[in-house]
Amino acid sequence: MAAAMPLALLVLLLLGPRGWCLAEPPRDSLREELVITPLPSGDVAATFQFRTRWDSELQREGVSHYRLFPKALGQLISKYSLRELHLSFTQGFWRTRYWGPPFLQAPSGAELWVWFQDTVTDVDKSWKELSNVLSGIFCASLNFIDSTNTVTPTASFKPLGLANDTDHYFLRYAVLPREVVCTENLTPWKKLLPCSSKAGLSVLLKADRLFHTSYHSQAVHIRPVCRNARCTSISWELRQTLSVVFDAFITGQGKKDWSLFRMFSRTLTEPCPLASESRVYVDITNYNQDNETLEVNPPPTTTYQDIILGTRKTYAIYDLLDTAMINNSRNLNIQLKWKRPPENGYIHYQPAQDRLQPHLLEMLIQLPANSVTKVSIQFERALLKWTEYTPDPNHGFYVSPSVLSALVPSVVAAKPVDWEESPLFNSLFPVSDGSNYFVRLYTEPLLVNLPTPDFSMPYNVICLTCTVVAVCYGSFYNLLTRTFHIEEPRTGGLAKRLANLIRRARGVPPL
Amino acid sequence: MAVTYCLSRPATALVAVLLLSFGSVAASHIEDQAEQLFRSGHTNNWAVLVCTSRFWFNYRHVANTLSVYRSVKRLGIPDSHIVLMLADDMACNPRNPKPATVFSHKNMELNVYGDDVEVDYRSYEVTVENFLRVLTGRIPPSTPRSKRLLSDDRSNILIYMTGHGGNGFLKFQDSEEITNIELADAFEQMWQKRRYNELLFIIDTCQGASMYERFYSPNIMALASSQVGEDSLSHQPDPAIGVHLMDRYTFYVLEFLEEINPASQTNMNDLFQVCPKSLCVSTPGHRTDLFQRDPKNVLITDFFGSVRKVEITTETINLQQGSEIMESSYKEDQMDEEPVEPLKYAEQLPVAQIIHQKPKLKDWHPPGGFILGLWALIIMVFFKTYGIKHMKFIF
Repeated sequence: MAAAMPLALLVLLLLGPRGWCLAEPPRDSLREELVITPLPSGDVAATFQFRTRWDSELQREGVSHYRLFPKALGQLISKYSLRELHLSFTQGFWRTRYWGPPFLQAPSGAELWVWFQDTVTDVDKSWKELSNVLSGIFCASLNFIDSTNTVTPTASFKPLGLANDTDHYFLRYAVLPREVVCTENLTPWKKLLPCSSKAGLSVLLKADRLFHTSYHSQAVHIRPVCRNARCTSISWELRQTLSVVFDAFITGQGKKDWSLFRMFSRTLTEPCPLASESRVYVDITNYNQDNETLEVNPPPTTTYQDIILGTRKTYAIYDLLDTAMINNSRNLNIQLKWKRPPENGYIHYQPAQDRLQPHLLEMLIQLPANSVTKVSIQFERALLKWTEYTPDPNHGFYVSPSVLSALVPSVVAAKPVDWEESPLFNSLFPVSDGSNYFVRLYTEPLLVNLPTPDFSMPYNVICLTCTVVAVCYGSFYNLLTRTFHIEEPRTGGLAKRLANLIRRARGVPPL
Repeated sequence: MAVTYCLSRPATALVAVLLLSFGSVAASHIEDQAEQLFRSGHTNNWAVLVCTSRFWFNYRHVANTLSVYRSVKRLGIPDSHIVLMLADDMACNPRNPKPATVFSHKNMELNVYGDDVEVDYRSYEVTVENFLRVLTGRIPPSTPRSKRLLSDDRSNILIYMTGHGGNGFLKFQDSEEITNIELADAFEQMWQKRRYNELLFIIDTCQGASMYERFYSPNIMALASSQVGEDSLSHQPDPAIGVHLMDRYTFYVLEFLEEINPASQTNMNDLFQVCPKSLCVSTPGHRTDLFQRDPKNVLITDFFGSVRKVEITTETINLQQGSEIMESSYKEDQMDEEPVEPLKYAEQLPVAQIIHQKPKLKDWHPPGGFILGLWALIIMVFFKTYGIKHMKFIF
């Protein structure tokens, strides 16, 4: 008994965290990275990726020692014989038109797709149990996944990891669009990270900033990858990704200056001690464009250039493991500033006053080359007083055309002209310098259909009302107020009738 | 005791008398402590916190539940022992001007949602059926652990419910209700299955006292925010958020609980006095006739906290490093490598393969009951019409 106790303690110690400082190399590794991309619309996108790679074949060995790879997910892989698992929670929609292509997009709500190993006999049963277990781990209503919202795609969703054959019978896919993602989903996601939210890039993951965004997507991806270049054995890769897009107007108050503190209300203090690589990449592709320059502070030591998603992009790299990066004050706050030439725009707007003056909108804009600029104004139609309508109101009302006065750059520089010498058509507008010419253009007038009342309606109403009153009320009045007398039938010829007429005129009773 | 030898005789006698009295006091103090150790009789604490209302204007019910959740976590009950059911999501609601927050005090003083919250049943999962299954333990086998109430007969359970209610019922999500009789029967099931040692039931709804009228199982103490015929009122609105943030009763309970720490000795009688009619406008009620102990002996932390009774030892244990077992397991894995062919990644969009794949034949299922019944009916009608003599031509 006494001898067994120290042995038991020894074994406990070996499985404890002291093991990693021993001589042999670690069998799992963590890489974390953050990519900050200023978007064309002035917003900024931040994509976190935490990759834990575990050099172990879970199927063959019975594993009981988990270090960086979270035990909750490792046990799932062995118990349900998973080949791949992809689970994402998203709020919002990635607007490709304004923001450009995303690295990895996910549908709004919760999406789960899983490849099972071909040793699984009852795939549907494993799928149902797996979704229940995941709903407990991630505090989401994934238990609502059943046969009514599960499909087996036959052509897409091929495995993203190593795969020898792809029999789609072992693939299941389900989406829950009504699923809300909030702090209670972020909390267990953060707890799967080796450094949790204490050190490294994960200190930036604060819920009150991450959910105040236009787009928030967090995902867990598990897949087998090649362990080395020869690719003879597999390693399990767990990627946790989180993409957010901070809105320039909501969080930035309209200014396009960004910094880590502005976005996350935190700065980076130290790298995660368990990470083998901890980097921040900032997209500086627009660094030297003509009129706008992007200034990144502190200046990066290295840059990385590659063709990403079809275009050549340049990234500034900040390596947290580089001791020179985190300065004396032990914090790193990356700032992005757009340096614009001084504002030379001008807008003048004078709203209308009813029956006094019209709207006036004047704007001075610089149009970029090879682009389309649309200017639109919203208006509401109001009801006029009935005397203000024209006799033909159904024709509509006219809005005066807009005027466009432009200085257009010339292809060929023109010389200033002498007004007396040149033809008349060349001297309509005075030209100050020959590099551009002045032109004034007009748009079409606008014909607006205002809501028109039915002018014949008062007449119709009066007729109808009077008829109804006369017929109904009149009949009742007569019934109630008239008295009826019985009249005897008249006998006698024409002469008698004439005589009675005369007698009645005289006031004498008839014959 | 060594002090007595140094003093003179009368002083010695005096000191001896004093020490004796101190000794007796100390002995009775130890007795008190020992008695308290065995007083409550529970070994673990659970909490089931339910908010039953949906929609943005019922923000205050979610804030009520989250403030009790926060107090209970602060006093020591871990997330694994709390079943939190919220019927709607207020924090990430599009109408919330400050996302990922739920406030209990106006001017956004206290964020009860916090950064470390785990909601077990949310949105459409908060139904009467799921609530009763959680209480009675009759849960489908695939339910994850965090959604189960794994209490035993030494568990003290706190059950807090809030929402809209009436005389004898509580409304769940505007589509169904639970009656006081169902609730009482659920508690009786729990008692018969020995799923609790003592149970504290708190309800903050209109006419809340009607919900505990029908309890008949032992060891239940109940509190409600208003009597039958009275409405429970909400506390204060916040102009920036636009809704009422908390209900009065739970607001004053939260203020009361903020002053409790895991070591405090406050008892249940103080909790009964929490919201007098002048503050709450309704009359809070309580029911203790089913409870065996006297409420003044019941500590608040018996239900709201998770006080563990620990024994501190002063022995030291020496741990030694051993590397043999670690290295051998690693070497074993290296020797296991056989020369296999290299693995490859799957092609994401193999167009030729997709175009030429054959659709799989569906499994044949025998015709179902409806089709069989229809055919039986047709055949029966045929034979009744044309007579049974035609049968011999068939068979």
